[in-house]
Amino acid sequence: MVSKKTQIDVGEAVGIVAAQSIGEPGTQMTMRTFHYAGVAEQVPTGLPRLIELVDARKEPKKPIMDIYLKGEAAESYEKAKEVAKAIECTTLDKVAYVEEDFDEKKILITLEKSEMDAEGVSESDIQKRIKGLSGLHVEIKEGTITAKPSSTSLRNIRRMTNKLRQLHLKGVERISRTIVVKGKDGKYFIRTSGSNLAGVLKNPHVDGSRVYTNDVQEICRVFGVEAARNALVREIKQVLDMQNLNVDIRHCMLLADSMTMDGAIKSIGRHGLSGEKAGVLARAAFEETVKHLINAAVRGEEDRLIGVTENIIVGQTVPVGTGLVKLKMKLD
Amino acid sequence: MAVAKIIDRIKFSLFSPDMIRKMSSVKVTVPDTYNDDSYPIDGGLMDLRMGVIDPGLKCKVCGGTIRSCPGHIGHIELVRPVIHPEFSKVILFILKSTCPSCKRLLLHEDELAELAQKIDADMEEEMKQKSKKSSSCPHCKTKLSEIKLLRPTTFFKDNNMMLPTEVRDWLAAIPDKDLKILGFDPHYARPEWMVLTALIVPAVSVRPSITLETGDRSEDDLTHKLVDIMRINQRLEANINAGAPQLIIEDLWELVQYHVTTYFNNETSNIPPARHRSGRPLKTLSQRLKGKEGRFRYNLSGKRVNFSARTVISPDPNISISEVGVPFAIAEELTVPIRVTNWNVEDCKKFIMSDNYPKAEYVIRPDGKRIRVTPSARDEILATFGAGYTIERQLMDGDTVLFNRQPSLHRISIMCHSVKVMPGRTFRLNPVVCPPYNADFDGDEMNLHVMQNEEARVEAEMLMKVHHQIISPRHGHAIVKPQEDYVSGAYFFTKKGTVFTKSEACQLLAMAGITRLPKPDEGENYSGKLLLSMLFPKELSIKVKSKMCKTKDPADDPDALIVIKDGIMVSGALESKSYENEILEQIFHNRGPEEARKFIDISTHMLLDVISKQGLSVSLANYSLSQEHHKKLLELQDSMKREIEAAIVQYKNKTLERSPGLSLRESLEEKIMQITSKARDAAGVLVEQSLGFSNTAIIMAKIGARGSLLNAIQMAAMVGQQAVRSKRLKRGYRGRTLPHFKKNDLGAAARGFVFGSFKSGLSPTEFFHHSMGGRESLVNTAIRTARSGYMQRRLINALQDMVVAQDLSVRDSRGVIVQFLYGGDGQDPIKANVKTEAPEEIKREEHEA
Repeated sequence: MVSKKTQIDVGEAVGIVAAQSIGEPGTQMTMRTFHYAGVAEQVPTGLPRLIELVDARKEPKKPIMDIYLKGEAAESYEKAKEVAKAIECTTLDKVAYVEEDFDEKKILITLEKSEMDAEGVSESDIQKRIKGLSGLHVEIKEGTITAKPSSTSLRNIRRMTNKLRQLHLKGVERISRTIVVKGKDGKYFIRTSGSNLAGVLKNPHVDGSRVYTNDVQEICRVFGVEAARNALVREIKQVLDMQNLNVDIRHCMLLADSMTMDGAIKSIGRHGLSGEKAGVLARAAFEETVKHLINAAVRGEEDRLIGVTENIIVGQTVPVGTGLVKLKMKLD
Repeated sequence: MAVAKIIDRIKFSLFSPDMIRKMSSVKVTVPDTYNDDSYPIDGGLMDLRMGVIDPGLKCKVCGGTIRSCPGHIGHIELVRPVIHPEFSKVILFILKSTCPSCKRLLLHEDELAELAQKIDADMEEEMKQKSKKSSSCPHCKTKLSEIKLLRPTTFFKDNNMMLPTEVRDWLAAIPDKDLKILGFDPHYARPEWMVLTALIVPAVSVRPSITLETGDRSEDDLTHKLVDIMRINQRLEANINAGAPQLIIEDLWELVQYHVTTYFNNETSNIPPARHRSGRPLKTLSQRLKGKEGRFRYNLSGKRVNFSARTVISPDPNISISEVGVPFAIAEELTVPIRVTNWNVEDCKKFIMSDNYPKAEYVIRPDGKRIRVTPSARDEILATFGAGYTIERQLMDGDTVLFNRQPSLHRISIMCHSVKVMPGRTFRLNPVVCPPYNADFDGDEMNLHVMQNEEARVEAEMLMKVHHQIISPRHGHAIVKPQEDYVSGAYFFTKKGTVFTKSEACQLLAMAGITRLPKPDEGENYSGKLLLSMLFPKELSIKVKSKMCKTKDPADDPDALIVIKDGIMVSGALESKSYENEILEQIFHNRGPEEARKFIDISTHMLLDVISKQGLSVSLANYSLSQEHHKKLLELQDSMKREIEAAIVQYKNKTLERSPGLSLRESLEEKIMQITSKARDAAGVLVEQSLGFSNTAIIMAKIGARGSLLNAIQMAAMVGQQAVRSKRLKRGYRGRTLPHFKKNDLGAAARGFVFGSFKSGLSPTEFFHHSMGGRESLVNTAIRTARSGYMQRRLINALQDMVVAQDLSVRDSRGVIVQFLYGGDGQDPIKANVKTEAPEEIKREEHEA
């Protein structure tokens, strides 16, 4: 039940208030990057991170995950370390030296035994994985593998080499680095550089209910918009809190809600929310003026003048706050 | 003035050539503007039927003058059709989607039916998918040809150039029903209208010529462009009539196309921009609309206003926070309309009769006629004067105005004040209202707007008045709040041991308008706490730890725990947080904005008086370490240097412990940064010890009045590590920052550690290093303001239509629900964050008592 005394006023322009409340402290934010010891350097914080969130980028500049563990793994450092090892992604170039030979039109892979042992990959694993690739003719010798691409264009050789180097051998894809951290509650959790929710959740030691990533788009893909909305609120609030900027969470919630209101994350800006607004004039006044006018003309579009900008443009009362009231006094 | 008409909707459509001809008031035939007598040429581009811009002339269509005639459009008949460049992409899409012979959409009947059902389909995508499969038309089985567009306006059909006539004929043959499926509205936008046969000539008032001081006329860029189009158009016509070879005709045709293209958009890619004689690119139609200085953002979204003033601001703590001091010169200039009623006729007459300051400048008769009040006109005005008239009188004390400081980043950058006319040439502002405006008095200017009708005044008064804005909607805490000296004043006023004699107490209370003297509580004297408590409402009860608690145990310092019980201050010394967040907010929520305003006004008067009499200043001595502590500082710096050296040695021996995920070098840098920040913290402790709590600089930092401990450290002890991109300095020369160091010297001094303090001075290399750090922060500030400004513009644009509906849901302008209940709980951030009740502890104590 809403407390009447502290209830929000009907007609309040909460959108503008939210935008101002998040935008105004922007000038006070730092541009510094944050350093997560051991995992990733230069994780954007402050203004760059906020812009990243609001832009709804496909992937954050530095994806980071916090993987909480359950059972024994949460209690013992050794066990947690094992889980971390299992999660960390191993690619072929970590355990082997991959070079291309343009003269012979082949790719040479020299396995490094010591690295393989450290990462826990066997030679037969690697051979199997490479054989599994299409478009390669593979010759296997002790310690080396020679691969001949079926298409011998230089471009294709280079492409295949890069593909081989990134060949995923073990662990969870895209998780490039892991570190075990002792949490405030005394339990261990894993912090990773790189994010892959679906992959990490497969590990039985991972507490799936608490795994967290800063990649909002990924949360949306794996857990759905509702989760993505919550993640957005949390991330926005966290950015502001880290700068010691006090912003009411309702503003962050409104921002996140409008970004996620129709089932997918839309960005703030001409490719997202602003580009889909109802009014032609509002869109034209924001960005890409001519494009919107041209398209409106072709479609015979109609601007019903229901938004704020449209009414400012034609010089009428804005449908916000007291402007919403349609009551008029009878003059006589 | 009642709103006579309301625009309900605006329809966008294309002009058909027939419509253009119908609407046109003149067919422009002469590619020239004025004749030798500088009279508009008949049939020329400045034809009097398209409106007038010269004073004295009259429009031949509506008979209006410059002021009253809005202008009328004319047209040019293009001898050969020309493609409208902005539509070429749309034309390409249509050509690609239709059959070259039967002109039907390249879809089977069933697909057509299916798409007709879909309302919101992305037609471009759908067409791409569906029409790709076949190489012949599903209707007439003609083989399809490949259509290409060479930007901006040339079309190719199977690598043969298509003339605009050909394109136009094709487009004209497409049936309406197929266009509808493509998402066009054929009634308003037939595709053949995108190939121009008649060109609209905008009214003269849209492209006025300017007369220079020399008397020469300078035509508008659009006029220039239209002249170009017409010249070539006429040459083309002459050539066609003379039966010139096709090649020449096509060349000229293409030239017309070029001029039309640049007429619409002079920044079309793949086309050289048309230039003015001086070499400046012309500003044509598209450029007029686009961007920050374009019509939309500059003139339509942002409007210029009258009845406004701007000047420098200066502080005046003696006026109320809801007042603004207006210089006399401005008050004389600005006017307020006052409606005359039976109850104020006499007052209004006085304004009309007056020759001096508060006088009426104009009188508006009930029929709307405006008459300037002059001694000669006075009698005539007064003869019929009475209710129904409106007078415009000069700005006076108590008038409601809006006050604004740019950048207007949030709504409290514009607030409503009441006028106080003052001598001088600056706006006067109570320093307590500086934080919402983010204003200071180092030369800031602010704007003042006088509202011109009752609705605006009432709304401003009820919604925007300063005291309604004391709590910011951003975080629900006070934003109109005392700062700096006020905070110091509050601290010294309420500190333990501050006592006033009877006469001093009377003075202070009188200032607050309190005439009842309380019982003295310190022998014969009065404590500051007691006097301040006189301003508190009875129900005010607070128990908070003061900011000082961070370093001191409340048990040691009687001032650290702030307790107010039933409006009487029991213990503690106020600092910024307790003042603004606890006392001010509670008064605001319990007693309302008006009382909160009074509290701020009165308490700040008292505090300022206290601090003036107490005196508060800092000198060099406040930043001087004692000899003993100075020695300790040097030791500290020495040990830090040694520690760094040791780390470097470890690094060189490769015995340094690697931090996970970092290279050895990075580990070293990390280690050194840790060492230097540790040293700075240690220096902080030294400074605090040496300067002590009675040092004014430290007190001000602690209570949140001004400055920070870091400032004191940098002034008294050492400036510390300088950094660029959060790393120690390394840029400059190869392997070193300055030639004064050895190459690859990793030591503290070589990599930007400043041992000197601002008081002792910096060595030349230190100075340079400090400037390197300073440069970075300057650059960052510049970039940050630009980036955050754009982000805020986008945020505002995306969220501006969201409004709380009757059911407390948040909806956008279309009525789409964004939140079912605002903020999840329907609470207003302004009102939600308060503790309106006394703290539990105090309640319990009361219970026990």
